[in-house]
Amino acid sequence: MSDHAATPAKTTSSSGFKIDFHIWGPVIALVVLVIAGAMMNPNFLSYGNVTNVLARSAFIGIIAVGMTFVITSGGLDLSVGSMAAFIAGVMILIMNALVPSMGVGIGIVLVGMASALVVGLAAGLVNGLLITQARIEAFIVTLGTMGIFRSLITWLADGGTLSLDYTVRELYRPVYYSGLFGVAWPIIVFAVIAIIGEIVMRHTAFGRHCAAIGSNEQVARYSAVHVDRVRLMTYVLLGILVGIATIMYVPRLGSASSSTGVLWELEAIAAVIIGGTMLKGGFGRVWGTVVGVLILSLIDNLLNLTDLVSPYLNGAIQGVIIILAVVLQRQKKAQR
Amino acid sequence: MNLKHFAGALALSTMMMMPLGASAQDAETAVIGVSIPAATHGWAGGMNFHAQATIDALEERYENLDFVLSTASDPGQQVSDIEDMLATRDIDALVVLPFESEPLTGPVARVKEEGKWVTVVDRGLAQENIEDLYVAGDNPGFGRVAGEFFVERMPEGGNIVVLRGIPTTIDNERVEAFEAAIEGSGIEILGMEHGNWNRDDSFEVMQDFLSRYPEIDAVWASDDDMAVGALEAIAQSGREADMWVLGGAGMKEMIQRVMEGDEQVPANVTYPPAMIGTAIELTALNFVGNAPVSGDFIIGSVLITPENAEQYYYPDSPF
Repeated sequence: MSDHAATPAKTTSSSGFKIDFHIWGPVIALVVLVIAGAMMNPNFLSYGNVTNVLARSAFIGIIAVGMTFVITSGGLDLSVGSMAAFIAGVMILIMNALVPSMGVGIGIVLVGMASALVVGLAAGLVNGLLITQARIEAFIVTLGTMGIFRSLITWLADGGTLSLDYTVRELYRPVYYSGLFGVAWPIIVFAVIAIIGEIVMRHTAFGRHCAAIGSNEQVARYSAVHVDRVRLMTYVLLGILVGIATIMYVPRLGSASSSTGVLWELEAIAAVIIGGTMLKGGFGRVWGTVVGVLILSLIDNLLNLTDLVSPYLNGAIQGVIIILAVVLQRQKKAQR
Repeated sequence: MNLKHFAGALALSTMMMMPLGASAQDAETAVIGVSIPAATHGWAGGMNFHAQATIDALEERYENLDFVLSTASDPGQQVSDIEDMLATRDIDALVVLPFESEPLTGPVARVKEEGKWVTVVDRGLAQENIEDLYVAGDNPGFGRVAGEFFVERMPEGGNIVVLRGIPTTIDNERVEAFEAAIEGSGIEILGMEHGNWNRDDSFEVMQDFLSRYPEIDAVWASDDDMAVGALEAIAQSGREADMWVLGGAGMKEMIQRVMEGDEQVPANVTYPPAMIGTAIELTALNFVGNAPVSGDFIIGSVLITPENAEQYYYPDSPF
């Protein structure tokens, strides 16, 4: 639409003093939120609260890293929330079923984790094959699988809640609640995945191919990029990451039901876009996604820690901040 | 030519209608249609379980009763289900737990106009006097019983936090009655947030309450799914000894903890999904006995304590 979007970023190297909102917008928003939080409630920066916020961001965060690759290559995945619920359900059923034969031990937890990864991979493969081989729009495919996964978990749980065997749960619990040097495991896993994601996006052929496909599929094809294979890979990667997120999620409450993971897909997509990745593809950055995830969970946390607005309006506040964060980036970019 | 065609079609359609009408005439048995929402969350899952269990028991007990059960995942589907029951199954009575009041009012009224018996469960219709029998839980009672328990447990007063459900009339009625019950008792509500009857949401809200308030004496989680999330957040903070949690609705795991005398879960308040069973049983009575069963039947919310917990424990139910 506008030429500005197409021109490379480094046109005005002379004015290095000006703040580039496209790059720094999300970071500034995050810093403003942190300062506001610290002023409104003294407990905001306490070790306990920071750990809570980071650990609960981990599920959406891990998924959003994968979503960044899918969106960068011009795709979309609406099924991740339902997929997470389905994987959690299958994982719990497998572990419960193995208790009599395997006994309660590390082995059973490892089998559970492996099954989460396998189911995630398979689910991602189904999405990816339907999109690349059957040539159906990503939006439609994942809208379909979203409903399928959601129904399957409801069916598996018989409309109720699947709960992990109590003794297994006690063994598995530390995966969410304890950590290394005072940093909780979900935070560590999220950080490692984000760093690997950033490296893959910036410094590997796969990352560049994603951006190339998202920006112009035909040109990418003529440039000998295996478009279908790269596309398929992004969905499989996302499926595996949903599996990892579920591995961190299940020990938290030890249960899965049809209300697990509702709207996670939209939170992940919102985080990716707040972070500066383009919804229509062609450009993505993983560190921005991490900032986006943190912004979203900080808003929730702040609203709970203060009495600023009626709880009925929490959703509205979130909506306003999401739109503001994106407007800030896009406007400044257009002015250049 | 045209006329002949028309006559033929008419004859055909009359022929097709004949057997249907005939079979309905000579059938002695009464057919009761049961239309309920599908099991999309814990409480509804329990309700589905109790509906099926009641139907199985009644079909065993009474030979001359037949049941048609259908579950719908949205109001539109429920309307179609009811129309199908009327058109093809020739029901004599309808037991319906409306998905939403407004869209179901018209279709249920049409069933009534056909001269069928109508029982409405839990959610009332938008228009009065359609149903013969109304069976429902008591939402203000649910909040009041909980409030009275807090007053009894905290004679000196104290600080509590409240987790609310999805913003709806049901939730408002419960919370208003709760607030009225604790008024003047010295119990102060530090904070109220919506946990949306969801474990994950209530876990996060409770974590934030714990960061924010150094002194909390008790939690009104107002629902057992939310109580599960709140208890986990309290366990994480290591403040289990400081506060107790009152849930509600009678989830079997929570009832079990009450039964075992768990200090952290001292009681529960019922809002039984088994009310669908009550409705089906009462409707069946209308066809097998002479006792009058029309009117309103409000199932009170009862306080479950370690003394009476056993009679509210359904180990086979999914909820």
